Amino acid sequence: MTAPAFLDALPAQWRKAVTCAFGLVVFTLVFTALMAFTHEMTRERIDAAKAAQQMRLIDEVLPRASYDNKLLEDVVNAGGNSAHVGRIWRARRGGEAVALVFETYADDGYGGRIDLVVGLGADGCLGGVRVAAHHETPGLGDYIDPAKDRDKKSPWVAQFIGVAANLPAERWAVEKDGGDFAYHAGATVSPRAVLRAVGRGANWTNAHLGAIFAAPTGAKIAENGQAE
Amino acid sequence: MAMSFQHVKESARDGLWRHNPGLAQILGLCPILAISTSMVNAVSLGLATVLAMAVSNLVVSALRRWIAYEIRIPVFILIIAALVTVLDLAFNAYFHSLYLVLGIFIPLITTNCIVLARAEAFAAKNGVFESTLDGVMMGLGLVWVLALLGALRELIGSGTLFAGIDMVIPGAHEINVFGDDHPGFLLAILPPGAFFTLGVLIAGFNAINAHRAARAAGHATPPATPAPATAAH
Repeated sequence: MTAPAFLDALPAQWRKAVTCAFGLVVFTLVFTALMAFTHEMTRERIDAAKAAQQMRLIDEVLPRASYDNKLLEDVVNAGGNSAHVGRIWRARRGGEAVALVFETYADDGYGGRIDLVVGLGADGCLGGVRVAAHHETPGLGDYIDPAKDRDKKSPWVAQFIGVAANLPAERWAVEKDGGDFAYHAGATVSPRAVLRAVGRGANWTNAHLGAIFAAPTGAKIAENGQAE
Repeated sequence: MAMSFQHVKESARDGLWRHNPGLAQILGLCPILAISTSMVNAVSLGLATVLAMAVSNLVVSALRRWIAYEIRIPVFILIIAALVTVLDLAFNAYFHSLYLVLGIFIPLITTNCIVLARAEAFAAKNGVFESTLDGVMMGLGLVWVLALLGALRELIGSGTLFAGIDMVIPGAHEINVFGDDHPGFLLAILPPGAFFTLGVLIAGFNAINAHRAARAAGHATPPATPAPATAAH
């Protein structure tokens, strides 16, 4: 790097320091620009990929043929309330309420947090449950994710289909604990956590079904089910 | 360009065997241990590392005249981090389902010391072509170790091979080597299994090298002692 003329007036070690600092600034600017450019170029595709991934999960708990609105855009948010419900998507057909798909989570899984997506029909029955993200032990507790369940014909999560969302809290439990749900021997922590989370979320959402469908798009839903 | 076949052969021998990042330099253990639970994951991250190393060596060697000696390390890290970020975004945009699996590990390529090690030890002193070749060969050296490690852990741990291949090649299926009911040996998939399996691989690598050295000594030529495996990171 050839130093500009004004640097000649400085002592040698200063000259070195200034050239090095200048070099660092130039490299930082160039590579930041490279990152910003790539970010700009890939943003649309990444957003589309994220939306497609979201839809893939939603499709598993709510058949796409059952509604005709733009589901991902018809969203309200409960913001992780006491029932741990997050975003809620509203499926409609010809303007009529069909089903809700909501996010919830269990924070008491064996490996920490388990993110869930739940489909709830307007008739108050569950359409299905899927695990969006988890850290349960591979080969042991991870059967809560049907992709990891060895029983491909009737995976553990299939039990949720058609269950009434207003089931009392004590029945959202594995059979061993006096609840309604089967489990795999030797791994009960993961299904217990999922059951509690689904029950909690389904109870709350079902109790406020009408208000949630009526809330304006993008609204924040308060603890009492009303739009804030 | 004075790039002979001999160069390519030497570079390949260094990267794939003699100074193999996984078995001889023992650098880059973080991805080796974290991602090698299945063969598909391991090879995917390995190939991403090949790309990161090739491009970072290329850029470092091309810019080496303009990088002052005193600030070379921060500049190398800046270059590597920027290129890995670009790779991360590209993966996210074009291989989204694979990204969901590898997502948290791709940024870790930045911290994989083998990338910085090759930038500093090789790319800073050599031409663009040699440096890119070195990056590719060192990366491929890591890939085959990762592939073997991933395959062994997956086979022992879950009794399958190529699980998750449908994320890379849609429609392809995993192989249930021991049938559907194989209970699996959980330890192999958990982090300690990575250490055990890598330990066995390194032992095998050293045994082969020692055997070769002994044979070479028997042929009255001075023994080419294998580079001692020095552990770092």
